[in-house]
Amino acid sequence: MINAVGRDIPEEILEITGKEPFQGNFYKDDKSTVMRGPTIRPVMNNQKSKLVANIREALIKCEAHDGMTVSFHHHFRDGDLIVNMVMKEIHDMGFRNITICATSLGKAHDPLVPMIEDGTITGIESSGVRGKIGEAISQGKLKGLAVMRSHGGRVRALATGEAHVDIAFIGAPTADDYGNLRGIGGKADCGVLSYAIVDGNHADHCVAITDCLVPYPNFPAHISQTKVDYVCVVDEIGVPSKIASGAAKPTTDQRKLLMAQYCTDVVVNTPWFKDGFSYQTGVGGASIASTQYLAEIMRERNIHMGFGVGGLTKAMCQLLDDGMARVMLDVQDFDLDAVHNLKNVNHHRIPAGVYANPLNKGAVVNKLDYVVLASLEVDVHFNCNVVVGSDGMITGAQGGHPDTAQGAKCAIVICPLLQGRIPAICTDVTTVTTPGESIDVVVTDYGVAVNPARQDILQALKEADCVPLKTIEELRDIAYSIVGEPEKVEFEDRIVGIIEARDGTIMDVVRQIKDIEQPTVYRRKTAKRKAGGTAASRSSRAK
Amino acid sequence: MEIIKTAVAGTLESSDCMVTIEPAQKGLELDLESAVIRQYGKRIMEVALETLDRLDVQNARVSIVDKGALDCTIKARVECAAMRAAEHEGRISWGGVIR
Repeated sequence: MINAVGRDIPEEILEITGKEPFQGNFYKDDKSTVMRGPTIRPVMNNQKSKLVANIREALIKCEAHDGMTVSFHHHFRDGDLIVNMVMKEIHDMGFRNITICATSLGKAHDPLVPMIEDGTITGIESSGVRGKIGEAISQGKLKGLAVMRSHGGRVRALATGEAHVDIAFIGAPTADDYGNLRGIGGKADCGVLSYAIVDGNHADHCVAITDCLVPYPNFPAHISQTKVDYVCVVDEIGVPSKIASGAAKPTTDQRKLLMAQYCTDVVVNTPWFKDGFSYQTGVGGASIASTQYLAEIMRERNIHMGFGVGGLTKAMCQLLDDGMARVMLDVQDFDLDAVHNLKNVNHHRIPAGVYANPLNKGAVVNKLDYVVLASLEVDVHFNCNVVVGSDGMITGAQGGHPDTAQGAKCAIVICPLLQGRIPAICTDVTTVTTPGESIDVVVTDYGVAVNPARQDILQALKEADCVPLKTIEELRDIAYSIVGEPEKVEFEDRIVGIIEARDGTIMDVVRQIKDIEQPTVYRRKTAKRKAGGTAASRSSRAK
Repeated sequence: MEIIKTAVAGTLESSDCMVTIEPAQKGLELDLESAVIRQYGKRIMEVALETLDRLDVQNARVSIVDKGALDCTIKARVECAAMRAAEHEGRISWGGVIR
């Protein structure tokens, strides 16, 4: 069945998953929806200790079994040690058919690949996957379907019971012996536990893992003792240098600086740039540079940001410290400056559900004026792809991309026209992760394209005459004129993953990648060439 | 153009390619390894073979390790490697086969 972004979602997938094809951004707006709570075992006995000696004991006490779903958060980013630690124990105990429901998975989790190959792990639900797990899924090694959900979509799936977690393992920088967890302090300081809060609320069992046990009560708790079954103390839950490093050095890449300038020009020349405006941006070089350009103009015109939100960086926190922003709402910290900035009384932690869940009574993203995003590919329908590489390999994560793009009044995607030889602006994205109806402006180093659905923005930018305006087709044509039109990547028929839209409908499917012989070899005998001429041999070239 | 010795041109930097040409007895053999093989593999082979034809290289073993080079880069690297391998460096036919 063809969905609202023109992707064919096979009937068998709709049957297996029980999901509907994507029907447009506001399909479930105002529709009655039932939420589901977990099945818990209350702790009434005041003699009971929640401390367990090790992960194995926690698994036994939480009734670990074949076919269960375990969950994890990714606040420790590439420094995470929890996922591998827990999965090793599950593997050693011989459990099979495990589904991992993670907020994201990255290169740190490459050691899971053998567990995918041997059938320990048969399901993966995540914002996305980078590194070797992505390759393994694309190569068809995962027995079940990989489900990619946005940060808001994951909260929705757990809250509605579409996804059910048997045991949540929550890495906590600090914890007390009764399960009050904080994201700040300790050795693996990540600032916040925003993505894990829904796991506390909806998983049947909840195990806290910490390397810094503190005296009771560890208050104010980010995840409460009322949600936590067991507390396990281990030597190390994360590698601090890979969790949050110093702020990224400002970029000197002229191409990125140019795009940053265009992006800032778009922001300051559209109607929402006025005192009290709201803003979210990312960690890329161009995003950070554009935040700095923006700060200069805010100072000049005495315009203050009402609130900033998101995964936060030094550049955003600086606005708060300088009094240029009133409030920061924090779901993740990308550098140590952002972690330390949590001391600022106007820097607030928010749960992922408050940030982006589409099926609550209004998430923070709905109040965004601007969001600045990146994308692997954008097509002429303004659809974005942030999960599957142009070569067909799963290599990225949705994160909050679809959530913020839908929520913001003006969603800007910064994307260099070319990534090496790969055109980022193309006719059809490999896989749709964010629908074109959510994307308003595309900023490239060769010009800026506005979604024709947003004549208001186009008009404002024309009047301001601030950036070189192009149509999205023009941008694609420039790209293709430089690098040539790419061949369509070939896939097998087997579907290895689905891209879930925010509301739980299916945006697109990901197919198994076709094996390709590398190197590609061409042979030609001299004699044949003399006799046959080039035209005939050309058709048999390069398999 | 007769390939006399093994020669290399190019680098393994992003957006470049490294072309190695070796002498061979019978015919042309071309190996391609590319970061963008799924999207541009056929095109790269085409460009490389066109260039070799233009230079009239009939007997050689050619290997290309491509890191996303544009057509013009591939052409230039193949030409350069062939010139070196044929010891033509001092007498390149600018405006002739090298356009």
